[in-house]
Amino acid sequence: MQRPESVLMAGARDGDGEAFGELVRRHMRRAYFAALGLTGSHEDALDLSQEAFTRALRASRSLDPGRPFYPWLYGILRRLCLNHLRDGRARSAKLEVAGGWLVDDARERAAAAGPERGAEREELRRRLATAIGELSPVQREALVLREFEGLRYAEIAVLLEIPEGTVMSRLYAARKALAAALGDEL
Amino acid sequence: MMDRLDRTKELLMRALDDELSPEERTELDLLLADDPILRAERERLGRLKEVTGEMKLRNPPEQLWDDYWNSAYSRMERGIGWILVSFGVIVVGGWATWQFVTELIADTEMPPLIKAGILAGSLGLVILTVSVLRQRLFVRKTDPYKDIVR
Repeated sequence: MQRPESVLMAGARDGDGEAFGELVRRHMRRAYFAALGLTGSHEDALDLSQEAFTRALRASRSLDPGRPFYPWLYGILRRLCLNHLRDGRARSAKLEVAGGWLVDDARERAAAAGPERGAEREELRRRLATAIGELSPVQREALVLREFEGLRYAEIAVLLEIPEGTVMSRLYAARKALAAALGDEL
Repeated sequence: MMDRLDRTKELLMRALDDELSPEERTELDLLLADDPILRAERERLGRLKEVTGEMKLRNPPEQLWDDYWNSAYSRMERGIGWILVSFGVIVVGGWATWQFVTELIADTEMPPLIKAGILAGSLGLVILTVSVLRQRLFVRKTDPYKDIVR
């Protein structure tokens, strides 16, 4: 039977490595994808998400079992990712295959309609990935949490500790920028 | 207080993300009915929403999840290891330096000029090492070409 998260957090706070390991296993996918959405690089996402867990372990004495684990971890992860983006270490993302971190679910359907349609769709995916990469980090974060993690505004607001109105204004700015970047493709 | 433009943006976002209440939907419909530019924007953002809705983040190889915890654990171990090594080097290095300097000063056979030369040379080496290390670390952080493979 799965142990409740609060029990694991209490254990991790008291130095139980097994409990912390279980928390890592439960949240590693979400942390990895959050970092991937922010950095656009598999290598950076793996590195930063694991570094977030390392720092979480160091700070585990401040864990509060009465509150959920992920928002606390996300606070650490987002600081790492935003610093990473700000200090320019994200260049490796640009060296990766153009926008390879983004997958188009509709590409096969488009390709079935003809190679030209498939190529157009691939171009759209590539341009969208590039445009997302050019958003400001906070706009990109709001977009990723909404579009790829599927969070509602209230959840994003809690995670980022900002008002819902700010979530919406960041999303609006992000979408306007993407629409402008995609131009006639829309 | 929220101005009309901000309210319109909020309503547009809520409509795209399916978070409109019935009252807000009525409010947005009224705004759209009066404003062709807003209608065009709503359509364009709607098409963008369709496109982004069909995209997802690429899954890594499944093997990554099997190794994830072990890899994170090794990273934590290495972190502790580096802290201990750094602590040891600082303590032993500091003690050795202190011993070297006190023995050098206590040495009555060595001429004072040679002592001063050895101390100045040692101090210079320390300053050069720290300076080179600091510069390399700084350049590593800010070098725009560091990711380029030569």
